[in-house]
Amino acid sequence: MGKRILKVLFYLLVIGYAIISIGPFLWSVITSLKPTSEINNLAIDFSKLSFKNYVFLWKKFPFARWMFNSIWVALVVTFGNLLFNSMAGYALARIEFPGKKALFLAILAFMMVPGQVVMVPTFILLTKLGWVNTYKGLTIPFLTSLFGIFLMRQFFLSIPKSLEESAMIDGLSRFGIFFRIVLPLARPALTTQFILMFTGNWNSFLWPSLLATSDKMYTLPVGLNSFYGQYFQFWDQVLAGVMILSIPSIIIFLIFQKNFIKGIATTGMKE
Amino acid sequence: MSSKKGTLSRVKTREKIDGWLFVMPFVISTLVFFAGPLVVAFILSFKEYSFLDQNTIWQAKWVGFDNYINAFKDPIFKRALLNTTLYSLGVVPIQLVIALILALIVDSDIKGKTFFRVAYYIPTVTSTVAVSVMFMFIFKTDGLLNKFLKLFGIPPYNWFGDVRLALPSIMGMAIWSSVGLYMIIFLAGLQDIPHSLYEAAWIDGANKWQQFWYVTLPLLRPTFFFNLVVSLIGTFQVFDQAYVVSGGNGGPLNSTMTVVLYLYRTGFRDFKMGYACAIAFILFAIIFILTLIQKKLFGEETQYQ
Repeated sequence: MGKRILKVLFYLLVIGYAIISIGPFLWSVITSLKPTSEINNLAIDFSKLSFKNYVFLWKKFPFARWMFNSIWVALVVTFGNLLFNSMAGYALARIEFPGKKALFLAILAFMMVPGQVVMVPTFILLTKLGWVNTYKGLTIPFLTSLFGIFLMRQFFLSIPKSLEESAMIDGLSRFGIFFRIVLPLARPALTTQFILMFTGNWNSFLWPSLLATSDKMYTLPVGLNSFYGQYFQFWDQVLAGVMILSIPSIIIFLIFQKNFIKGIATTGMKE
Repeated sequence: MSSKKGTLSRVKTREKIDGWLFVMPFVISTLVFFAGPLVVAFILSFKEYSFLDQNTIWQAKWVGFDNYINAFKDPIFKRALLNTTLYSLGVVPIQLVIALILALIVDSDIKGKTFFRVAYYIPTVTSTVAVSVMFMFIFKTDGLLNKFLKLFGIPPYNWFGDVRLALPSIMGMAIWSSVGLYMIIFLAGLQDIPHSLYEAAWIDGANKWQQFWYVTLPLLRPTFFFNLVVSLIGTFQVFDQAYVVSGGNGGPLNSTMTVVLYLYRTGFRDFKMGYACAIAFILFAIIFILTLIQKKLFGEETQYQ
């Protein structure tokens, strides 16, 4: 009997936190489908729900443009990171070259420096290059990541060398080995990186808010913040904007979630 | 024999070149966009420089430690430091405890495990801007939260508009939105603990609670350390939520002013860029010291080799 009560309490906790966790999304979705006059109404009148707020944002405000900017910037940055981080991580794990140890120590040291420390000089540099308010400025400085390289290195250290060695005996070059043998093996780690990099960049706010100065170049988070600043009374529309920003990254996560959890275990991220 | 030796040395040279080719994109990008700016930021932190000045960074006036000294005399900076510290002290422990409990839940053999893993993680993949706006809707004076609290006879509060409540509200929001990340890392740590250890403990007559206390917790130490460091560093860099909630000004009455928000404002709104760099290095020093202290406290379990 006591065990049963405990079980019921346990499930109450489990379900209770799930409600806390996804409740705000559900409430926001419902509100985004309501007309403005209904937003403070707790009751839901299903006959009044519609997608007209989404259509309105899409047609009357540059949400489509912001969406395009976000997708483009996130894709370029993510693929740059996947390629360059795994190349560097691989070299640090497998290839003997002079300066390797110093390079790795530099990565560990730099990882402790918060990114905001370089904000001012990087902004000045990008201004001098004429890259502020361009796609170049929003992507090129972010194509590699110290943390990403660290994760890839840990992953490559954990997989057996034998396949690479036999490929080397067969006369494959390092680049051949890397692209044909190592990268396919690295799929779990790459999936983890993909999710971390894509959602991280998709959601990034501080840098884009500095580097995108006209609303044509805004990414969705910057755009939503500015939209909210002007139309905060129209919660139905603002929350439709929230959904336009959040749903893509949630979908990406749902697609890859199975491999993501596995990937975190294999990349040794917890150490 | 000699030709074999020649091949070997050629292979070794090839390896050295390949190694550098592989790290080259990273090295160039880090030099240009990180290491270089880091040096410039350090120099700038001893100078008085504005972006709008006609002179270059090198010509800018050298002011020694003035920027650093001024920071500790600046009431808004001190407030920002206090807010950020309170934020971190509040968020980190609560976040990690909830994350551990959730990880234990989704690691146990409950029904619908995948659903709960996903449900608990979803706030983490959501943009902090989206989360902030969503919470402002739910926390507004006539919003869902106040209506819910009214059922228990609690009067309505203006959560984000009240000097005493704004920061705690942001803290609650931050805990809610990042708990998933730490849960997933704890989960990976839990799954690494060999099953045989639990069996051995069970044979020795340890109950579930004792197994948790004597097997799970000690073996989770490295994971815990990792989470603690990441969480502390992350909380000291809080910006997005404070910016969105206060419209960028850290209000009401600087109650949501954080170190990074203040750095952003001094650097890019007041264009006091030397001062902003000094603030950045103070932040760096704090994070650095905190990391070292934790390393001392939690030992050297974190090994990179």
